Amino acid sequence: MTESSAGRSGFSPAYLDRVGSSFTDFLASAAPDLLPGRRPVPPLPAGDLTPHGTTIVAVTYADGVLMGGDRRATMGNLISSRDIEKVYAADAWSVIGIAGAAGIAIEMVKLYQVELEHYEKIEGLTLSLDGKANRLAQMIRGNLGAAMQGLAVVPLFAGYDLDAAPGTSPGRIFSYDVTGGNYEERGYSAVGSGSLFARSSLKKTWRPDLSAADATRTVVESLYDAADDDSATGGPDPVRRLYPIVYRVDAEGAVRLTDDEVSAVAATIVTERSAADGQG
Amino acid sequence: MTMPYYASPEQLMRDRSEYARKGISRGRSVAVVTYADGVLFIAENPSSTLHKVGEIYDRIGFAAVGRYSEFESLRVAGVRLADVRGYSYNRRDVTGRVIANAYAQTLGEIFTQQTKPYEVELCVAEVGDTPENDQLYRLTFDGSVVDEPDFIVMGGQADAVSGNLREHYLPGMSLAEALQVGVQALSAVSPATTAGADGGPKLLTAEQIEVAVLDRRRPKRAFRRVVGAALHRLLDRGDVAAVEDVEEPHTAAHAPSTPAPGTPAGLGDPSAPDTGGTAGSGGQAPTT
Repeated sequence: MTESSAGRSGFSPAYLDRVGSSFTDFLASAAPDLLPGRRPVPPLPAGDLTPHGTTIVAVTYADGVLMGGDRRATMGNLISSRDIEKVYAADAWSVIGIAGAAGIAIEMVKLYQVELEHYEKIEGLTLSLDGKANRLAQMIRGNLGAAMQGLAVVPLFAGYDLDAAPGTSPGRIFSYDVTGGNYEERGYSAVGSGSLFARSSLKKTWRPDLSAADATRTVVESLYDAADDDSATGGPDPVRRLYPIVYRVDAEGAVRLTDDEVSAVAATIVTERSAADGQG
Repeated sequence: MTMPYYASPEQLMRDRSEYARKGISRGRSVAVVTYADGVLFIAENPSSTLHKVGEIYDRIGFAAVGRYSEFESLRVAGVRLADVRGYSYNRRDVTGRVIANAYAQTLGEIFTQQTKPYEVELCVAEVGDTPENDQLYRLTFDGSVVDEPDFIVMGGQADAVSGNLREHYLPGMSLAEALQVGVQALSAVSPATTAGADGGPKLLTAEQIEVAVLDRRRPKRAFRRVVGAALHRLLDRGDVAAVEDVEEPHTAAHAPSTPAPGTPAGLGDPSAPDTGGTAGSGGQAPTT
């Protein structure tokens, strides 16, 4: 690897070239073997060999945006993980959630986090929110070959727009398809196997300009509804004390809600549902 | 004019050293001072965009004097090396020593093999968990690297500034105290403050200096610039130790990310390494 020789005998020429601020572009010239999407994928469907992450939802609210994800990963008909984390802070003002082949998705998130931080350190500025969203689209585009073999990765990206015009909502959501198509969503969005049910739930519960607490409830409730009908989505698990991961991004930056906060919301929803069911 | 047929290696090296030293001594000085909670960088630098101080990695900072284009390309190379290492191994495997070594090798190679040496002097600072683990490396144009305790001064009148600092430096100073000592040492020799020369040297103002810290109390990325109102407050306050409210404003458009303490652990966080997306990083592990 070029990198190890750089440590021992000074920087190789690629390191001293003043070419750009992108970490991915730099890796492509200095250590291309580290990039996902550069490796040959066997020409066979490989989808069942790897864990898949499932449902991610994001909603905007008055002061920003929330993103939540369930904790289940599946491999065919098996539950391969009950406590996987699929929502991450991409940088201080944006979050990324991933559905699809877990290994590739997590590698991509890791690369994306370094990409944003690298740009910030080199330029002394953060990318604009649209710039970040575009950069992610390019990464997904590079994975199209693997996606055709069943190793698709579909992220959901959301962030607080520091350049938002006064009067417009600072929280914005971007969704993607496997070809790298990048679509800005209004209000709320969901990806993954349970997204159909999560979206139906959000359609009824989401309104513009919700408070942070109400918006958190819509997120947890939509994940509950997704878990109710989709076998690949995990619901709140009080036995193991595993609850959805929820990130909030507002003017203060991205913060992960504590398990206590999320479990309280989940408990309220479970109590209300069981009362409404009338049989318990 | 004719070229000499032979110059002894000694002569050659001496000429190059002299050339590099001259270039460096024309510039303004930078002081890197350790304090109770980390490492403080103070650079006399009227520009607010052409930085002499920068972030390399989570716990590692960079300061330089000399020719801007040369140290800027070295800074970028350092950031790249740190990010590649952190990406291919783990964030905690990126150390100041690795970065300092790479700089030393590169500067040494350029010094011996190219006709013009780099006219730069660098400092790589790493903040540890305790003050004893803080590391300051000084790198000179010929590729020599020295590990110095307490503080490093580079640039124009480095000897005079260091002498002044040595008199006033105390281990375990607060940020405000360290800043005061550092600014006073730089001001004592700066042409910007001594030129007026009516009634003793003035102190450099907030507009004339660039200040940044590596704060060990911050999770993950320790580097933070101290700018604007925060810097004014810190300078005015003198020896008052209340520095808790000195935070970079979040509202500035495109300000570099400065996650506040308490920000949850992300992927590859030093406090929760090896998070492959499953257990860990703040979430509770399954109990059964």
